[in-house]
Amino acid sequence: MDLSSINPLILLASIMVASTPILLAAIGEMVVEKSGVLNLGVEGMMITGAVCGFVIAVETGSPVIGFVAAAFGGAVLSLLFGFLTQYLLSNQVATGLALTLFGLGLSALIGQGYVGIKAPVTNDVNIPLLADIPVIGRIVFQHDLMVYFSIALIAAVWAFLKFTRAGLILRAVGESHDAAHALGYQVVLIRMLAIMFGGACAGLGGAYVSLIRVPQWTEGMTSGAGWIALAIVVFASWRPWRVLLGAYLFGGVTVLQLNLQAAGTTIPVEYLSMSPYLITILVLVIMSASRSRAALGAPAALGRVFHASS
Amino acid sequence: MNRRSILAGAVLAVSLAGAGFAQDKTKVGFIYVGPIGDGGWTYEHDKGRLAVEAHFGDKVETVYQENVPEGADAERALTQMALGGASIIFTTSFGYMDPTINVAAKFPNVKFEHATGFKRADNVSTYSARFYEGRAVQGHIAGKMTKSNKIGYIGSFPIPEVVRGINSAYIHAKKVNPDVEFSVVWAYTWFDPAKEADAATALIEQGADVILQHTDSTAPHAAAEKAGNVIAFGQASDMAEYAPRPRVSSIIDNWAPYYIARVQAVMDGTWESKDTWDGIGAGMVEIGEITDAVPADVKAEAEALRDSIASGEYHPFTGPLNKQDGSVWLAEGEVADDGTLAGMNFYVEGLTGDIPN
Repeated sequence: MDLSSINPLILLASIMVASTPILLAAIGEMVVEKSGVLNLGVEGMMITGAVCGFVIAVETGSPVIGFVAAAFGGAVLSLLFGFLTQYLLSNQVATGLALTLFGLGLSALIGQGYVGIKAPVTNDVNIPLLADIPVIGRIVFQHDLMVYFSIALIAAVWAFLKFTRAGLILRAVGESHDAAHALGYQVVLIRMLAIMFGGACAGLGGAYVSLIRVPQWTEGMTSGAGWIALAIVVFASWRPWRVLLGAYLFGGVTVLQLNLQAAGTTIPVEYLSMSPYLITILVLVIMSASRSRAALGAPAALGRVFHASS
Repeated sequence: MNRRSILAGAVLAVSLAGAGFAQDKTKVGFIYVGPIGDGGWTYEHDKGRLAVEAHFGDKVETVYQENVPEGADAERALTQMALGGASIIFTTSFGYMDPTINVAAKFPNVKFEHATGFKRADNVSTYSARFYEGRAVQGHIAGKMTKSNKIGYIGSFPIPEVVRGINSAYIHAKKVNPDVEFSVVWAYTWFDPAKEADAATALIEQGADVILQHTDSTAPHAAAEKAGNVIAFGQASDMAEYAPRPRVSSIIDNWAPYYIARVQAVMDGTWESKDTWDGIGAGMVEIGEITDAVPADVKAEAEALRDSIASGEYHPFTGPLNKQDGSVWLAEGEVADDGTLAGMNFYVEGLTGDIPN
């Protein structure tokens, strides 16, 4: 075993890249769940975002427009979920699962002519001076814009939920939609906005895979990242900074195990391969041990159907 | 005529109609492990399917299912296809071995063809390609091209087919470059572009400047391209969109002639269970064009190696070869037999690391 071949600085940089897609999707889903809606269609919205972003980026030659299109695509797909669950009062779990299947099929259809095409290159933002700082510069200041955007988004969501009136209303709707309704808030409208935000974030996460991390389009390329994002929300007990922690932890273990393998470690590969999932489950168990559902932070109205007459 | 006999009559009529239909058209089924759009393994199998359609025209009807998980769930997909009236079903991944055998036992009149496996029955044939012949050519180019003397290898699952490829590539890289080292990363997936890209990136960051892959997507090529000075090889399909760099050559699986021959055999009633294992010579394995990124003399050597394997003059596993633990496997001039190759579960001398069980 030659661990010296692993450069910790490059490793940290890789971890940030590997974590960003699940980070984006998870923070979006967290907001959705904070409003009391459980959308299991994250995977479907991610893959739709991935294909929309890729197609538009290829057609326009601009990754930035690609990302905007990805957010738009994810949001449009999530509207479908919103319409079914909020207006037609369909079952959220079933509709979310259907959304994933639908998204996978739809993306394959849209992406048919784009297999094997290369995406326009997204340049890293090399912040002058800062990027030249030894050690820190390499880790913190030499990434593409989306890495910074995702961290900024975490901060923004945190501030929004904690300090703004709108954030308070969103949380109120998620805790007790009946009380929020009695106070005169438009529960369905607020939830629709949250769902759209979640869709847009998932779309961005997907586009990060197809435009930066891989970068190419292949069917089913998000391969389960959306489900991981869902687990991370629970893992984070619905708190923004813990979403960041969870996503980086998961991404970190995933990248680390590949690096350990490449360095020829003697730990059996099976353990390394399952370690990201194992550690995620482990932390989930530890964090949720001996605590009630409320203390865990799950919104009280999560997954419950709201109708103004009831 | 009571209700039951009417029903029985209806069932009979339907099954007769079904039989009449089946006589007109031979229904051919395919089970794929990934999406057709993977640009690699499944893409080539689907090209084989399309070739069957083009060859037989109206006489066949093909059906396929993509993204079928390996393991128990595959039985459901297979059963469905057999019930749907398929006369012959190709199951195109190693992990479908037991499901294929199980379902075949329930449908003795349906012919099954399992790719890359080793279990056969009266109505189950196996077929595979000698990918290791192509790996030898890749290993030669890799050994010549590497400057860091570190070659990264992305393995899917630790099964004989993949181990054979690693050994073959290593033997031929070592032959032209005694300092060469292989790092193998097991991805435990056939198809996961993000994970494959991460694996390639990890290998490149640790100094590998040649990436060999035994996974199905083109993601490692994208990672190699991003890294700059790294070369890679197309796997299963040509992956020519990444030529001339990072993709400098490729192994292409050409299943079409085999599929056409087997469907013909079903139509003629001459189908019987057998094991087919063809290589470069028979055209089942093709070496994709070696690009100009490879120096002309290396290209000429690689092509000579390819031709000598094709003609049967040279076998990629020719002694003297030792196993990883130093024990003698093949004596001077001895050639590996197919039985050992088919179940290969050991590394040759010089490779580091263990094969996961």
